[in-house]
Amino acid sequence: MIKRIFIFMMLALMAVVFFNLATNYTENTELSKLGHYYADNGPRELGAPNLVTAVVVTYRGLDTLGEVTVLFISAAGVGLLLRRTRRKEDDEDLEQGDREEETAGVHKPASEIVETATELLLPMVILFGIYVFLNGHLSPGGGFQGGAIIASGTMFLLLALPESHISRLMIAVIESLSGFSYVIVGVLGVVLAGGFLDNRIMDLGAYGTLFSAGAIPLIYVFVGLKVGFELSAVLDRFRKEDTGPL
Amino acid sequence: MSIPMSIPVITLLTIVLCAGILISGLLAVTLDNMLSAVISAGLASLFASVVYVVLAAPDVAMTEASIGSGLTTMIFLYAIRKTQGGD
Repeated sequence: MIKRIFIFMMLALMAVVFFNLATNYTENTELSKLGHYYADNGPRELGAPNLVTAVVVTYRGLDTLGEVTVLFISAAGVGLLLRRTRRKEDDEDLEQGDREEETAGVHKPASEIVETATELLLPMVILFGIYVFLNGHLSPGGGFQGGAIIASGTMFLLLALPESHISRLMIAVIESLSGFSYVIVGVLGVVLAGGFLDNRIMDLGAYGTLFSAGAIPLIYVFVGLKVGFELSAVLDRFRKEDTGPL
Repeated sequence: MSIPMSIPVITLLTIVLCAGILISGLLAVTLDNMLSAVISAGLASLFASVVYVVLAAPDVAMTEASIGSGLTTMIFLYAIRKTQGGD
């Protein structure tokens, strides 16, 4: 009963909050002071035509590092929760029927259409993901988006070929290396330029070209690889039984 | 009540898409079949990502489309299979 009253009160509170938000809504006709600063000085200071990237990677770089950390911790949590300790020998007979059922579900082959479409689309999806994070400073998208697209490619692969093997060692190595390099680039910003994750440690280059905007493409390559491999690892963990530590 | 002719197409599109989000969200909550509920939740994300494009936020739209409607749906499907489809 008390629980119900509590839920009702929470709902009423939410209703009040959202009602106020909805009724007091007015459209902003001009940018805030901070927004003005970013819009005026961002392209000149950082050399990135995509202002969102300039803000996400440089002005708010520390937040992005925090996001990457959150994703890392959730991937690690999934790995920990879905880990299965190996069953003892004498348990095997008891669970035999259960296990056979599970593996039958796992090894059901995909349809011809899915397999053929994946063969055709997978390289393009992966390539598009790489394109998105390499061009993060020029066009919409960036490390997170590119990484998520690469993970969608992994999803295709797992759908079409449920038995395909993804090396956990490779995932762990690439993920750790890119995360480490990301922090190293950030620290280099403190040493060589204005502060943590400052992108001006490298030459800003010609505005609007692929190799420009200082360290932003480099950082986004690391973020993209890290996010892509992390999400792939999460999918892989959900897919199958644990077959060992790596 | 008839819709006045002065409403721009983009507003109309946004309204339709938002209605789509609401309907698929409600379906996701109310449907008894777990599979349909998961698909509806993915559909809500898909509508939301189109709304983001309409509202000129392509960066957010890309994330929403790939993570919200792709990976999350997939992970839910795996989770349903692991729990044998029970609630």
